Amino acid sequence: MSALLQLEKATIRFGGLTAVSDLDLQIGRSELVGLIGPNGAGKTTAFNLITGVYQPTSGAINFDGQSTVGRKPYQITKRGIARTFQNIRLFPSLNVFDNVRAVFHLHLHGDVRHALWRGKGYHAEEKSIAKRVLELLEIFQLALAAKPKLLLLDEPAAGMNATEKVELTRLIRFIKDKFQISILLVEHDMKLVMEICERIAVLDYGVKIAEGKPDEVRANPKVIAAYLGD
Amino acid sequence: MRINASAMAFSSSFKMNFRHAKTFLLGAIALGLLASLFADRINPYWLFIFYDIGISIVMAVSLNLINGYTGQFSLGHAGFMAVGAYTSAVITNQFGDLSFFAANGIFAGALLAGGLAAALAGLLVGIPTLRLRGDYLAIVTLGFGEIIRVILQNMDRVGGARGLSVMHGWTNLFWTFGLAAVTVYVVASLVNSTYGRGFIAVHDDEVAAEAMGINTTKYKVTAFVIGAFFAGIAGGLYAHAKQFVTPGGFGFMQSITFVVMVILGGMGNTVGVILAAILLTLLPEGLRQLAGYPHLGWIGETRMIIYSLLLIILMLTRPQGLFSFKKTFAPK
Repeated sequence: MSALLQLEKATIRFGGLTAVSDLDLQIGRSELVGLIGPNGAGKTTAFNLITGVYQPTSGAINFDGQSTVGRKPYQITKRGIARTFQNIRLFPSLNVFDNVRAVFHLHLHGDVRHALWRGKGYHAEEKSIAKRVLELLEIFQLALAAKPKLLLLDEPAAGMNATEKVELTRLIRFIKDKFQISILLVEHDMKLVMEICERIAVLDYGVKIAEGKPDEVRANPKVIAAYLGD
Repeated sequence: MRINASAMAFSSSFKMNFRHAKTFLLGAIALGLLASLFADRINPYWLFIFYDIGISIVMAVSLNLINGYTGQFSLGHAGFMAVGAYTSAVITNQFGDLSFFAANGIFAGALLAGGLAAALAGLLVGIPTLRLRGDYLAIVTLGFGEIIRVILQNMDRVGGARGLSVMHGWTNLFWTFGLAAVTVYVVASLVNSTYGRGFIAVHDDEVAAEAMGINTTKYKVTAFVIGAFFAGIAGGLYAHAKQFVTPGGFGFMQSITFVVMVILGGMGNTVGVILAAILLTLLPEGLRQLAGYPHLGWIGETRMIIYSLLLIILMLTRPQGLFSFKKTFAPK
């Protein structure tokens, strides 16, 4: 029903110039929406309105059921809008690992006191962040640097908890869509496989016993038998 | 995709191996304690230079958190030092002669109070001004330092322009180097944490940092408050080493000296800044000593010129700092 992002008559004026005028835009959940136009049409300004860099002169912007008007960019990011920039903006003083790690502060449990006292759970948290950063980097290293046509992922969800698996699902989907590559995923986790794969082949004792769309495979009696036993 | 514990080593782009940070901290404190036991055998001239070095390290390393890691240009660090110096001195002046333990206990409390007073000043200055950038912030912090100096100059209760004598010379090697070690530990461990990477993100690109969910104002104020806290502690050490403080001793030139230490050491390089603090404390003294030799008397009058020339040459030849070797991956 309600869209994830909803702009209603969003308008911004810089002095006499109306850069974005009465823009109505809706983005539903899991929807991919394009925003196109010639140079100076206000695309980036619209982007800046959504991310809170600019505040609308009038109109409403709602994200996930809440208004983002008056919020700072970092607050909007925390709610779940992330952006890239036209010109690459990374942190040049930080190495690649730390560039990724810096963003993980969003998921930190503690604040500055936690970092200073290094109390209970501090080292475990830092270690788990380091692990997750490296996992991301490994996939990106393959998907971005090697430019493959086909990416094979061997149990990427092994040893991951539920949250990490959700992140992984999104990451794999992102890589597939963004880089237009095929992926073969070998995985134990049925939920992950069902969610992410368009087609599934099931092996049992070295023999392919079924192949098809996730729903078909799920309903296939041979698969159920193989998983649950006869 | 199995990752072992040594994965954390990846994150350490710093020269100091931070897995041994706590050992380093305790070692430095123990060394300070040991050294203070033999303090009466050290030539008092050198003893005071050691105090100066320790105090400079506290000042430079804490300023490095603001100017180096977070990339804010503060020119008022000596102002925070003054707040700490006067606060702690006023507190300890309430007490007469005390036993060893009572004296050190009171001293610790006074130093802490000085640090907290300076941190409060940092918060008060920081909240309204840290929305400013670059040059504007530099001017505001410069103004703050001067305001503190002028206020102290006109406060008769603390001696005004004549200065305030501090009754107790409680500063010793243990306190100076112990607290220098604590400062280094706190700043380095803060910056090395995932939370602390945000300081460097703010330094590199505020817009991108904000887009990544970093509350840039809060980070800047945090850096400012922590930096001011340690400057206040350094002020307390300074007051109880010299046993005499004047408002003029915390002027603009003092702030500049600490800024020079940070720039010379390499912004955002703790080890470099420590070395620069040692070097810049020893350099004027070394030149002073040289002037004592025959035919070198001219150094006496010109030593500040030589000092300035050396700095100019260093800045021209190594603008990234004397001890900084960090490379960036971004194209210019």
